[in-house]
Amino acid sequence: MPNYRIHKTEYIDETKRVSFKYDGKTYFGCEGDTLASALLANGIHLVGRSFKYHRPRGIVSCGAEEPNAICQIGSKKDLTEPNVRATELELYEGLEASSQNCWPNVKFDIGGINNFISPLIPAGFYYKTFMWPKSFWKKVYEPLIRLSAGLGKSPTEPDPDIYDHKHVHYDVLVIGGGISGIITAKMAAKNNLKTLLVDDKKILGGSTIYQNNEAIKIDDKLSSEWLKNEIQEIKKLSNLTIKIRTSIAAYHGYNFLLAKENLTDHLPEEKKKNKIRQRLWKIRAKKVVIATGSIERPLVFNNNDRPGILLSNSINKYLDYYGVSCGENIILFTNNDSAYETSISLHKKGIKNLIVDLRKSASSELIKQAESLGIKIYFNHVVTNTFGYRKINSLEIMKLSEDGNTTVGNKIKLSCDCLGMSGGWTPMVHMHTQSGGKLDFRDDDQVFLPKENSEDKISVGSCNGDFDLENIIDKTVNKINKFLDIDNQDYQDTNIICSKENDKRNIWLLPNKIPLGKTKCFIDFQNDSTAKDIKLALKEGFRSIEHVKRYTTTGMATDQGKLSNMHALGIIADTAGVKMGTLGTTTFRPPFTPLAFGTLVGRNVGKFFEVVRKTSMHEWHVENNAEFENVGQWKRPWYYPKDGENMHDSVQRESKAARDSAGILDASTLGKIDIQGTDASEFLNRVYTNAWSKLAIGKCRYGIMLNEDGMVYDDGVTTRISENHYLMTTTTGGAANVLNKLEDYLQTEWPELDVYLTSVTDHYSTASICGPNSKKILNKLFPNLDLSDENFPHMSFKVDKIENINCRIMRISFTGELSYEINIESKYGNSLWKMCIEAGKEFNLTPYGTETMHLLRAEKGFIIVGQDTDGTMTPSDLQMDWIVSKKKYDFIGKRSLYRSDTIREDRKQLVGLLTDDPKEILEEGAQIVSDIKSKHIDMLGHVTSSYFSPNLNKSIALAVVRSGKTMKGQKLIIPMENKNINVTVSDTIFLDKDNKKLNA
Amino acid sequence: MFLINCPFCGERDQSEFSSGGEAHIVRPKQPTELSDDEWAEYLFMRKNIKGIQFERWNHAHGCRKWFNIVRDTSNDKILSVYKMGEKPPVNYK
Ligand SMILES: [Zn+2]
Repeated sequence: MPNYRIHKTEYIDETKRVSFKYDGKTYFGCEGDTLASALLANGIHLVGRSFKYHRPRGIVSCGAEEPNAICQIGSKKDLTEPNVRATELELYEGLEASSQNCWPNVKFDIGGINNFISPLIPAGFYYKTFMWPKSFWKKVYEPLIRLSAGLGKSPTEPDPDIYDHKHVHYDVLVIGGGISGIITAKMAAKNNLKTLLVDDKKILGGSTIYQNNEAIKIDDKLSSEWLKNEIQEIKKLSNLTIKIRTSIAAYHGYNFLLAKENLTDHLPEEKKKNKIRQRLWKIRAKKVVIATGSIERPLVFNNNDRPGILLSNSINKYLDYYGVSCGENIILFTNNDSAYETSISLHKKGIKNLIVDLRKSASSELIKQAESLGIKIYFNHVVTNTFGYRKINSLEIMKLSEDGNTTVGNKIKLSCDCLGMSGGWTPMVHMHTQSGGKLDFRDDDQVFLPKENSEDKISVGSCNGDFDLENIIDKTVNKINKFLDIDNQDYQDTNIICSKENDKRNIWLLPNKIPLGKTKCFIDFQNDSTAKDIKLALKEGFRSIEHVKRYTTTGMATDQGKLSNMHALGIIADTAGVKMGTLGTTTFRPPFTPLAFGTLVGRNVGKFFEVVRKTSMHEWHVENNAEFENVGQWKRPWYYPKDGENMHDSVQRESKAARDSAGILDASTLGKIDIQGTDASEFLNRVYTNAWSKLAIGKCRYGIMLNEDGMVYDDGVTTRISENHYLMTTTTGGAANVLNKLEDYLQTEWPELDVYLTSVTDHYSTASICGPNSKKILNKLFPNLDLSDENFPHMSFKVDKIENINCRIMRISFTGELSYEINIESKYGNSLWKMCIEAGKEFNLTPYGTETMHLLRAEKGFIIVGQDTDGTMTPSDLQMDWIVSKKKYDFIGKRSLYRSDTIREDRKQLVGLLTDDPKEILEEGAQIVSDIKSKHIDMLGHVTSSYFSPNLNKSIALAVVRSGKTMKGQKLIIPMENKNINVTVSDTIFLDKDNKKLNA
Repeated sequence: MFLINCPFCGERDQSEFSSGGEAHIVRPKQPTELSDDEWAEYLFMRKNIKGIQFERWNHAHGCRKWFNIVRDTSNDKILSVYKMGEKPPVNYK
C-alpha cells in the first residue's frame, strides 16, 4: 500500500496505528488523523461522485468548508449518520465510513453518464425537466434523483445516544482559538472577566500552529512556537474556560448563542458507550468576540474539480500538521502570496513543485524566498485545462493578456499529480451576519467585512479582513482593549516580522479560449453548478443573488456555499457590469455546520418529550383497563372497554348505564380558579355575559365568557362559596388561557378591583356521579347530608365530610341527569373514587370516559367550546341568547355583539341534525349543502358533533349551518365520497327537553 | 432571543415571557357609546411599527406580572421597561 506520510509531526502519533473501514475496505491511519488525512496518507483522493454529473471528486479542503468528502458514518439502523465531512471527522479505531455520493460504487457508476449528457443539464434543470406530469414526482423523479444523487441516509430507528443541554453565562465569549482568539481570551481573562473560548478543533492555534516559515516571526521565534507558549499560558488562567471540539451553531440576538460540543465522536465504539455524545451549550455572553478566521478561495477554471485538486493551504496543513503529502509533483495555482508558503514548505520536505501566478509580478519576502530556493514561477499565467479521470495527471497553462480578459500565446502542458489552488481568502463573517450584523465590501481584495462593531460584539483577526500577522496582532490588541474597556499591556513590546503582500489581481472567472458552453468551470462543487449556469440564469433574466442562487442551486448544499458564494457573486457582478459590493450577499443561516436533531432535543425524548398530567385517580383508570385520550397535557380516560369491546360498544354500554342507573366520571381535569376579594362579584359580572351579583351564597351558575370580539371563548360553572369567594370552573383545555386572560384584565384594565385569582386545578380532584340512582349513592357516602330537592336543589353547593375530610359537593349536570360533583383535596382523590365505586356497586355504577360524556351532553344539546365552536360563534349563533344579560351595561365582548357583522341573520348557527336513516352516523367535519345538482354548490356549514345515541336508538348530530335558526324541519344533504346522506334540521336538544331527569 | 428586564424580577430569558401586543390601547369606558367604526378601531387596529414601538409583555413563567417595554423593532433593542400604569418614557414619543 502506498504511504504518503512522509515525515513526523507533533500532532500525529505514528506509534499508534488506527484501523478503519472506508467503502468496505480496511485501512490504517494514525492517532491524530482526520478521516481525510488518513485517506490521503493512503493515497486516496477520490471520495465520491458529483451531485448532478457524477464526476469523480476528491478531497478539496481540510475543514468545515469541504464540499466533496461527505460521508455516511456507520451502518446501524439507529446510529448511522449522513453528511459528515471527512475533513472534520477525527479518526478512531473501528470507524466505518462510506462515500455518500457514489451509487453504485465510487469507481464506476451509472450516473457518470450524466457527464456526457451534461449539455442537457443546464441551470434550472430540475425546475425545467422534472415538472410534468405531477404524478411522476413521487414515483419516478424523486426516487431517481435521490438514488443517483446520494443525499445520504437518515437513521430509521430512534437515536440511542445521550445528548445534553447546558445553560451558561459569561462576561466574554471568544469564538475561535486561532491566534487572535487566543490573544483576546488572555487579555479578557487576565482582566478579571469570566471568559469562554470555544474552538471546533481538538487543538487550539488555528492555522498559525503549524506555521514554520522563517519570514514570519514573533519575538524572534517561529509564530507557531510563540503561539504554543501563549496557549500554555492561557491554560493556567483560572477564569478562562476553554472548550475544544466545540462549534458555534447559531448566533441569535442579545448575544444568545448555541454551541455544539462533541464529547465522544472521536472515541472508539466501546469507549462511546453510556457517555453523553454531544452537549448543546446555551450561552449568554455580555460581550462576544468573533475570531473565526477565513477560508481559502478556489479558482474557477475549466475542469477545476478533478481529484487531486485541493486548496493550496490545505495541502500545506496536510503536510505540516498531518505529515502527509498530497502528491509528489505538485503545481500551485494562485493569485496571492499564501500559496508561496505552501510551496516553500513542500520544497523543504523535498517535494517537487512549481507555481502558476495570475499576477504580472510580485515582490514580497515570501516571493523572494521562493525565488531564492529556485522554485519555478510562471507569473501572468493561468491554468486553462486539467486532465486525468480519477486523478489529475497534467494541466495546460497559458499567458494572460494585459487586461486579463483573455489568454495569449501557446499552451504549455505541465505534468503533475496534484494541483493546489488559492484564489485569496474569504473572511468567515457567518457569525457576524447571523447575529444581525451588516457587511461592507472592500474593493482592494474583494472581501465582505463586518460593517459595524457594536458595544456587545466585535470581529477580530482575518474574519475582519486583517490577513498579515502584524496587522492581526496589533489590531486585535488595540480593538480588544477598547472593546472590553481594559488596558492590557501584555503585547506592548511584541516584535512581529512578517511578509507583506504587495500585489493583487483577482479574476472571478478565468479566461479561456474554449467557449464557456464547452467548459466545466465549477463554482459549487457540492451542488455541481458551473459558471455557465450562472451566466445562463442571468441571460434568462434572473438578477437578485437570492434568485440566481436558488435557480442554479449554487450555495444551497450542506456546505451553504462556503467555497462558492463569492465566486457566484463575482461572476454575476462582472456579467451584469455592476459593482460587487452593490449586490449584497446571500443570507447565512444557522446552523453553521449540520447539527443532529438529538443535540437540539437533548434529554427531552421519549417520555420526557412532553409534560404529562395525570389525575390522582389515574392508577385506578389504568388498572380498570381505560383507554386514554390526550386533552391538552392531561391523560383522560376515553372509555373503559370490557371483554374485548370496541370503542363503540363501550360507549353505548357506558352511556346507557349512566341514564338507566348511574355513571361516574373523573372530572378532575376541569380548570378550577379560586376567586376572592371584595369585588369578586363585580369582576364576574364583567367577564361573563350573564349577571352574577344576585347569585346567592351556596349556589352555582353556568356562564359563558367571550372574547372582546364577541366570540365564545370558554364556559363553565362557577359557585359562590361565600360573600367574597367564588370557585370558577373552565374547560380542561382552556384553563391556562382563561387564567391568563382574567389576570390580564385585572392587572391592566381594572387594577382598581380588589380581586385575587389562584389556579387550584391540581389542588382538587373531582368525581362526578350522575344518573337516576346517583342520589342513593350520595346518601351512602354522605349519610348525614340532606339530599332533598328543598335542601340541596339543582345548581347548589354543600360542604360535608367523608371520614373527617372536607368535600365540596356541587349538584350540577353536564349530562342532563341528576348529578353530583364531589371535590376533595387531590391527595384523597383516589380514595374518594374507590369509595364511590364501592358505594355504587349495587347500582351498577359504571365508570365512563370522555367519549360517553360527549355523547350524553350531545343528547342534551350542551355545547363543547372548541368542538361546536371555533372562535367565530357568538352566544346568539349558538342559540343561547338567554345567557346574555340585557341589563348589564358592559362585559367583555358585549359591544361586539351588535356590530354589523355579528347581527347578520345569515351567520352560521348551531342546529341539530337527524339523519333520514337513523342508523347512519355522520362524520364530524362533513360539509353540509342544500343542493347537489348545480355547478356551484354553496357550503352551508359543517357537522361539529355526531354520535349514535343508545338512549334514543338513533343517530344524532350537532352542526353549524348558515341561517340555521330558521331552517328547522328543512332537508339538507351531506355529500360524502361514495354517497349523499339526507338529513333534517332539528332542535339542538334531543332528549328530555323539559329537564325532568334533572330532578328525577 | 431577548433578554428582558422584568421590573419585578430582573433580567430573564425571553422564553419566560409572553408578548401581549401593542401597549397603551385603553379599553373604552363606555363601549355602548361607540360607533361600529370606533369600536373596530379599538378592537382590531394595531400599528405594527418598524422602529420604536410600545409593547405589553407578561412574565408568564415567572411573577406573572404584566408590564410595558419600549422596543426598536428594527434592531430588537429594548430601550426601556416600565410598570403598568406608569407613563411611557417621553423621550421615545
Ligand atoms: Zn417577573
